[in-house]
Formats: sequence, C-alpha cells, structure tokens
Amino acid sequence: MSAVYDKVADILAEKFGVPTDDISPEATFEDMDLDSLDLVEFALAAEEELGVRISDEEAEDLKTLNDTVSLLESKGAKA
Amino acid sequence: MLLEGKHLLVTGVLTDASIAYSVARLAQQQGAEVVLTGFGRGISITRRVAGRLDPPPDVLELDVTQPEHLERVAGELTARWDRLDGVVHAIGFAPPSALGGGFLRTPWSDVATAVQVSTYSFAALAAAFAPQLAKAGGGSVVGLDFDATVAWPSYDWMGVAKAGLESCCRYVARDLGEQGTRVNLVAAGPLRTMAAKSISGFDEFDAAWTKRAPLGWDVTDPEPVARVVCALLSDWTPAVTGEIVHADGGAHAIGADLR
Ligand SMILES: NC(=O)c1ccc[n+]([C@@H]2O[C@H](COP(=O)([O-])OP(=O)(O)OC[C@H]3O[C@@H](n4cnc5c(N)ncnc54)[C@H](O)[C@@H]3O)[C@@H](O)[C@H]2O)c1
Repeated sequence: MSAVYDKVADILAEKFGVPTDDISPEATFEDMDLDSLDLVEFALAAEEELGVRISDEEAEDLKTLNDTVSLLESKGAKA
Repeated sequence: MLLEGKHLLVTGVLTDASIAYSVARLAQQQGAEVVLTGFGRGISITRRVAGRLDPPPDVLELDVTQPEHLERVAGELTARWDRLDGVVHAIGFAPPSALGGGFLRTPWSDVATAVQVSTYSFAALAAAFAPQLAKAGGGSVVGLDFDATVAWPSYDWMGVAKAGLESCCRYVARDLGEQGTRVNLVAAGPLRTMAAKSISGFDEFDAAWTKRAPLGWDVTDPEPVARVVCALLSDWTPAVTGEIVHADGGAHAIGADLR
C-alpha cells in the first residue's frame, strides 16, 4: 500500500471516525457510511494534508478508496 | 474601499463554491469585518472553508429555523460589535420530493420545510438583527433569489418558495424602512453549488443561460453575483429597497434564445 493510501486511511479513521476494519482499498464511501457532505469535507481535509485539490466534479465520480488514492497520486500527491 | 469598516454577518457559506463564500471574500477585500454562520453537520465544512479566508472569520452556529439560535447569534454579535451594518441571507433548502419533478405529488410537510427554510427565514433573520442594524443607522439586508416570475423545469416548490421570498422581501422592506434598513434580493443566474447539485435538472438551466444571457454566463463563477451583493451592502445604494437586482447575464430580460 502506498504512503498516500496510508495518509487517506488515517484521515478517514481520525477525522471521520471510520472503523479501521471498514477501511480497505475496495471500500466505497457508502460502505464507510460517508455521504456527499462527508465527501466534500474529506476532499478539503485531503487538500490540507496532501496539498492537491479534488474538484467537486471529481469528488462526485469517486467510488472506492482506490479510486481516490489513484486520483490523488495522479495529481502529484505525496504523503 | 467599498465596505471599509463595515460589520457584516454572512450566512450560507458551505463550500468555497457557495455564493456566500464569494461575498465574504470580496467583502473582506473591500474592508469589511465578517462573521459567518454555519448550519448542522455542514458547520465543520464551513469552519474548514473559513480558514481559507483572510483573516479567517469566526463561524457561529445558526439553524435559521430555530428561534433560540437566532437569539444566541444576535447576542454574540451585540457583545462583539456596537452595530451591525449588513446581513446576508444565502440560505435555501427543499426536500428531494419538492424538487426535480413530481410537483403535484409533493406532500405539504415537505413544501412547508422548503418555505420555512427558504422564505420565512428571510423575515426571521431580518427581525432578529433589526435592533442592531438600527444602531448602524439602518444597514442593509440582502438575500439570494432565483427569478420566480416564471415556472422552471425541476425547480418546483423551490420556485414557489422563491416567489414567496420575492414578496417577503417587499414586506420586510416596508416594515424596516422606518428605521432606515434597506432590504433587497439579488436574483442570480444558475451556479454550481451544493444547493444546485440537489436539483436533478440543473443542466437545463446551464443550457438555457448559455442560449439566453446577452452577456453570457459562467455557472462556475459566483463573483458577478457576489459583487452585486456587496454593492447593495455598501453606502452606494441609499434609496434602493424592496428591490430585486438581477445578476444573471441579462437572461431575465430576454424572451427567446439568442444563440
Ligand atoms: N446556485 C444557484 O444556482 C442559485 C441561483 C439563485 C439563487 N441561489 C440561492 O443562493 C442561496 C445560497 O445558495 P448556494 O447556491 O450558494 O448554495 P450552498 O449550498 O452553498 O448554500 C446553501 C446554504 O444554505 C444553508 N442552509 C440550509 N438550511 C439551513 C438552515 N436551516 N439554517 C441555516 N442555513 C441553512 C446551507 O448550510 C448552505 O450554506 C440560496 O438561497 C439559493 O437558493 C442559488
């Protein structure tokens, strides 16, 4: 697992209280009980921690944690 | 600067795409001191987003349907400022059944929610802050409207709520005129905010504005709307009240597609 993945997993566990057992590369935001408002907040937190911006349109297309990590990495995120 | 030394309360900042976010940013640039309010679960997002403003404004909790919230915010502002120069109402909500088709099947309870949050709240907000606005010699209240003179696809009960808001603005202007408070609405063209995303047919608005607005229209840029809000908050519109200013690229004035 990449450093970006670890960072994202940390954010989800610490800031959104997602149980660590529910966090996996294939987990969807729905699986983790996160709705569209959470997703907006997640994008802001990720921007603050990783320095890359996920636009609202991009956020709408994200399904799994893997998608999210790939998007962040493709935008040059480094943890 | 346009708003030098003004004390402003700005509601409705959710994300940095919010119309209210642009208002707060521009108002600060123009010399105003700004306090924001946030609502419900979204308040943690508002707090994060507030951190991007310079300086980061305080965020007070305000559910506009709760009289005790209004009272508390009024109390906090009285403690902070000797007067309030302006209030921005950028609040709207309608339950899913009230939007996106099914107009004739929406239950009253959902319509009631839409009207309470989107229409009645304008008067409630103005009433709650009227005493402090009076101390500024009247001050200015500005709300956000979407042209309610015609029926739109998908907008449904939110459109009815906005028609009510347009009327509500005139009555609040009538009753606060005595104390010198100006009360106006800015009718915005469509903008891609969280509120807009909850409307399933939003793309149709986007297309309509592209075809109709003489000046063109960018659904991703709330600044043209925010500028008009700031103008109405300023001292440069002293005889304007009960008015609806359209910041919509001119689309409201045109009866058929131009392009
Ligand atoms: N986006 C558009 O196309 C458009 C066009 C014309 C007018 N408007 C109006 O502009 C205003 C601001 O909306 P926006 O488009 O910036 O979207 P937004 O989603 O960024 O803002 C809507 C705001 O309403 C707040 N809100 C909802 N219920 C509330 C309650 N009970 N108490 C307090 N606050 C509450 C939300 O917290 C949010 O900050 C609304 O009145 C909207 O109807 C929007």
